[in-house]
Amino acid sequence: MTSILTNLFDGVAYGMLLFVLACGLAVTLGLMNFVNLAHGAFAMAGGYVCMLLVNQHGWPFFAALPLAFVSSAAIGIVLERTLYRHLYTRSHLDQVLFTIGLTFMSVAAVDYIQGSSRVFINLPAALQGQFDLFGVGIGRYRLMIIVICGLLTIGLQMVLAKTRFGSRLRAAVDDPRAASGLGINVPQVFAFTFAFGCGLAGLGGALSAEILGLDPYFPLKFMIYFLIVVTVGGSSSITGPFLASLLLGIGDVAGKYYVPKMGPFVIYTMMIVILIWRPNGLFGRTAAR
Amino acid sequence: MFERRIFSRTAAAAVVVSLAGLAPAKAEDTVKVGLILPMTGGQASTGKQIENAIKLYMQQNGDTVAGKKIEIIVKDDAAIPDKTKTAAQELIVNDKVNFIGGFGVTPAALAAAPLATQAKIPEVVMAAGTSIITERSPYIVRTSFTLAQSSTIIGDWAVKNGIKKVATLTSDYAPGNDALNFFKEHFTAGGGQVVEEVKTPLANPDFAPFLQRMKDAKPDAIFVFVPAGQGGNFMKQYAERGLDKAGIKVIGPGDVTDDDLLNNMGDAVLGTVTAHIYSAAHPSQMNKDFVAAYKKAFGNRPGFMAVSGYDGIHLIYEALKKTNGDTDGTKLVEAMKGQKWESPRGPISIDPETRDIIQNVYIRKVEKVDGELYNVEFQTFEAVKDLGKTKK
Repeated sequence: MTSILTNLFDGVAYGMLLFVLACGLAVTLGLMNFVNLAHGAFAMAGGYVCMLLVNQHGWPFFAALPLAFVSSAAIGIVLERTLYRHLYTRSHLDQVLFTIGLTFMSVAAVDYIQGSSRVFINLPAALQGQFDLFGVGIGRYRLMIIVICGLLTIGLQMVLAKTRFGSRLRAAVDDPRAASGLGINVPQVFAFTFAFGCGLAGLGGALSAEILGLDPYFPLKFMIYFLIVVTVGGSSSITGPFLASLLLGIGDVAGKYYVPKMGPFVIYTMMIVILIWRPNGLFGRTAAR
Repeated sequence: MFERRIFSRTAAAAVVVSLAGLAPAKAEDTVKVGLILPMTGGQASTGKQIENAIKLYMQQNGDTVAGKKIEIIVKDDAAIPDKTKTAAQELIVNDKVNFIGGFGVTPAALAAAPLATQAKIPEVVMAAGTSIITERSPYIVRTSFTLAQSSTIIGDWAVKNGIKKVATLTSDYAPGNDALNFFKEHFTAGGGQVVEEVKTPLANPDFAPFLQRMKDAKPDAIFVFVPAGQGGNFMKQYAERGLDKAGIKVIGPGDVTDDDLLNNMGDAVLGTVTAHIYSAAHPSQMNKDFVAAYKKAFGNRPGFMAVSGYDGIHLIYEALKKTNGDTDGTKLVEAMKGQKWESPRGPISIDPETRDIIQNVYIRKVEKVDGELYNVEFQTFEAVKDLGKTKK
């Protein structure tokens, strides 16, 4: 029984991590209708910023985390203003080709500057190890991930559903012309949203370094997981990718624990089954855009 | 960088040659070595170590052997066998190389094997470690190691040193399966018991669930083989899950504690016992000089891939010396058989029958030396052949 709960805990933590990594993509893909395959590159940037600050400049881990967010968001806003905005009106194929190219460039650049070895962030002792709660092994680091990601999800949902900015964003996405007619500065809203998505990716990258490892090939290796989360969750809300992440995280961990022989395929099997059942994802709109 | 220099040099040579009409005489003066290495992708550290070590060797020993100038041409295959094949074809057909060498992973070494046979030129394998490789072409010679060499030794050592129940965690590809099978055979023959066996996918992001399974099986030790790059992840999560505190040791062939990564792994890795061919802490004078020169030139310590590359180019030099600069591939392979020399890893030789390397395998324990983590050798098994072949 306790091993079931330990696995459930690990699964939830893994799922939450997937969500923070992928939800920026859900925002750009779903809300802005832009296919940004370079999403992982922003995650990697955040990871490396956090690693450099902690390992080489002696920053405390919790002080470096917000900076991982800020730096990725800053890179995001610069790229959005200079490159991305020209591609909003282009076809999805153009967007895919452009962002894939950007990903390869980021891989080469980081490889050149930082080398190709895998790096780790020096964690404070308080975040290391496990403690025992009624026989269930609770990893301190994973618990921190659950707390941070949980708060983030709630905050995000509030912003999108309840705030003025949220309604402006939804208006700008649904009908940019009408929205700008109503006095909404559509390019500004898009730029801000894009930067926020990149910032989330950066935070996810920093958080995931400990568990997934960080090297220059990060954006290529984990792109598939981000895409699975967004396709399974459906890209029109935040709740969809959130539940999808949890489902996939728990499924992946349980699969690897109970049936290690076919463990890695569990996540793909789940995706296929869900997409056959609901082709637009769990919470996708039935009518195509 | 290598490539550009070579390009301009051959271009200049071509101009001179076409003017003077002396093509054959000019070409005879150089010996070309085509290196196919993963310089990008997940295995890039392997490629970089080998390239660095070869540069270092050529700085130390000059670039002329037996009156011939050695030219190195590096091609990146990113450890993808299709690219390896194309690179080998280009090197053999266009560049007319006299050797092909490198090969970061087993599938890459195998992809080039038929081409070496066809072109009758030596293929010097400097990294890939499955047993079968040298059997795929009579022109393949290896200066790295085989997983049978290290895995059988650690299996024997474990049963003799009080480890009775072992759980195994190996990557699910040819070298991982080699490591697992050779270990299991020797470990169970000595009376040990494998209580849990998990094969992890090669592109595996998170070891947590597998490690939880290991922890619940309560073994004395975990036998682990993962490709060098993943060793850090494994050790981190091993410590996170408290397996070290539960008294479960880590044993394995030495890839998991590669010198390249060891220092970043944290103190949880202390006490890990592995069997391997090389440690940067190997106590010979030759190795001390090698490590110092390598650190000075490239800023980090050499790992077992670097020493394999260093020995690979040494073997090429020695073969050319023995043939007096004759570049006939068959003669070169003959000249390589039975070569014996002192390497930074200790005494090594090339088995004349299998063209595979015979070398010492050391049992090492991770310890802190001058504030850095090192694999400190404490027991030596001398002149170990590749057991994958002697079995047949």
